[in-house]
Amino acid sequence: MARYLLTRAWQSALTLLLSTIVVFVGVRALPGDPALALAGEDRSPEALEAIRRHYGLDQPLPVQFAQYVERLVQGDFGVSIRTGTPVSSMLTTALPVTVELSVLAILIAAALGVGAGVLAAVRRGRPAEWLANGLALIGLSVPHFWLGLLAILYLSVATGLFPASGFVPFLEDPVDNLHHIVLPAVILGTGLAAIIMRQTRSAMLDSLSSDYVRTAKAKGLRPRAVITRHALRNSLIVVVTVVGLQLGGLISGAVVTEQIFGLPGFGKMTIDAVFQRDYPVIQAVVLLTATAYIVINFFVDLLYSVIDPRIRVTGDPA
Amino acid sequence: MTVLTVPIAETASASITRRTRVLRRLRRNPLAVVSFVVLALAAGIALLSPWLAPYSVDQTDFARVFVPPGSPGHVLGTDDLGRDVLSRIMLGARASLQVGLLAVATSLVLGVPLGLAAGYFRAWDAVISRFTDLLLAFPFLIMAVGLAAIRGASLGNAAVAIGIAQIPGVIRVVRSDTLRLKSLDFVAAAVVDGASDLWVLTRHILPNATSVILVQATVAIPAAILGEAVLSFLGLGIQPPAPSLGTMLATAQQFAARAPWAAVLPGVVIMGLALAFNVFGDALRDALDPKGDRR
Repeated sequence: MARYLLTRAWQSALTLLLSTIVVFVGVRALPGDPALALAGEDRSPEALEAIRRHYGLDQPLPVQFAQYVERLVQGDFGVSIRTGTPVSSMLTTALPVTVELSVLAILIAAALGVGAGVLAAVRRGRPAEWLANGLALIGLSVPHFWLGLLAILYLSVATGLFPASGFVPFLEDPVDNLHHIVLPAVILGTGLAAIIMRQTRSAMLDSLSSDYVRTAKAKGLRPRAVITRHALRNSLIVVVTVVGLQLGGLISGAVVTEQIFGLPGFGKMTIDAVFQRDYPVIQAVVLLTATAYIVINFFVDLLYSVIDPRIRVTGDPA
Repeated sequence: MTVLTVPIAETASASITRRTRVLRRLRRNPLAVVSFVVLALAAGIALLSPWLAPYSVDQTDFARVFVPPGSPGHVLGTDDLGRDVLSRIMLGARASLQVGLLAVATSLVLGVPLGLAAGYFRAWDAVISRFTDLLLAFPFLIMAVGLAAIRGASLGNAAVAIGIAQIPGVIRVVRSDTLRLKSLDFVAAAVVDGASDLWVLTRHILPNATSVILVQATVAIPAAILGEAVLSFLGLGIQPPAPSLGTMLATAQQFAARAPWAAVLPGVVIMGLALAFNVFGDALRDALDPKGDRR
């Protein structure tokens, strides 16, 4: 167990270092002089010289990289070219929105996906399975931003049940906050729900035909007890696995969903930055996404070994 | 060599009977047939769309903007600039399929050799695994954001960003199939016979891994089509005035109050394309599954 953790920690640290190098090199691949990009409006030679000195652009590349990492560790992601605000303070206002949206989407997806997956496996060959399978296929194939667009048009605008856009912080008004975020979270969760459903169904079919379930049935356990006891344990692994693997898709999805529903989160910040060529913000966004992916997947693997004892023993994430 | 050609010849004939069995299973599955017909039709329309489209995609008519569907001359109506929606959907679907194929080609060209190497050479496995981890850390949208910042937004860059993001999936399936095939007798026989690593990989392992690669490609294409739609919708993909289903939806969002129908059709086409690929991919996987009709 300890060895497995150490290996995983070392691998994650290495990946983190590599992605920092990629972002660092990527920024230097930007067209034009980085000092010009960082300068924004004020392009006088003195201003450019000051920027070169501040960011160490006159130093050799390895030195620049070391300074870059040093600033990152101190939480200094630079300053937005457009607004002049530090990127770190932009992140502290934007991130909670995205985290709330994503966590809510995962919860909705887990509830829908596990429920439909178990139903499809238990009701094998019946209309319920066909319906669940069909919905899952549609969930995989539908463009979610389009679903969001239709939801705004036909649910928010037409009926007024949900606000079409905007956001209220949770601490300000929890009810209004949920009212604003529930529709985007459902939309974001549908794709994930489809994947969880298919995996749950497959895992359930495997375990329903396994020896231990046959034993449980043979010793007279009620079918409901067999299903809930074994299904729940397995679904937990499925949900954790899918969330770990699909985290990239979830982040991409959150960006689009925020854009459609006008949520002032990480995604909106990203898209705005691209169109305003706000390079320090783009750089921070890319690096932060990579870091989040690596760190969360490390914890997913830890959680995994807690849920599934086989991994603890063999040290091999199946 | 003469002795050892026998097992190789046997694999060849076995693969022919396997192919007929797979095709028979596909023909007997109505969902497979329907999705295949839909895809063939879509491919045909996409290929011929420059000639089939009733109007030029750029032909504006400011006297007839937002004509609703079913109007004479414009079966699916017109958009904010009076351009024919049917023509733009046909060429938009063509662009979707282009990006889908281009992205998947990118991921296969880079992912298949890496997957083969990771599965075949132990020493390379760790290095390629770290490379995979690195790629996974950059979701396709973030990859596209970076590429758009460096090289500008375009159809090609969108396809490359999606394709790069799909490489880890290709490496994973090719690597595990290579590991499986490597342990089989006919590969061991070829190695004993003195075949070079390159020969074994290209003549024995790659041909036998084609079915998993094929399945991976059929599930990756719809994902790439959805990815293109997202990127174009956000302005990071195909640039106006070039027709794209994603940018059509972005325009529809701006004018949703005036022409709500414009937000429906392009989405239905994207979903239809992706659904046909996903259904066919499922059917193909079932047909290729040696365990048969278990599920």
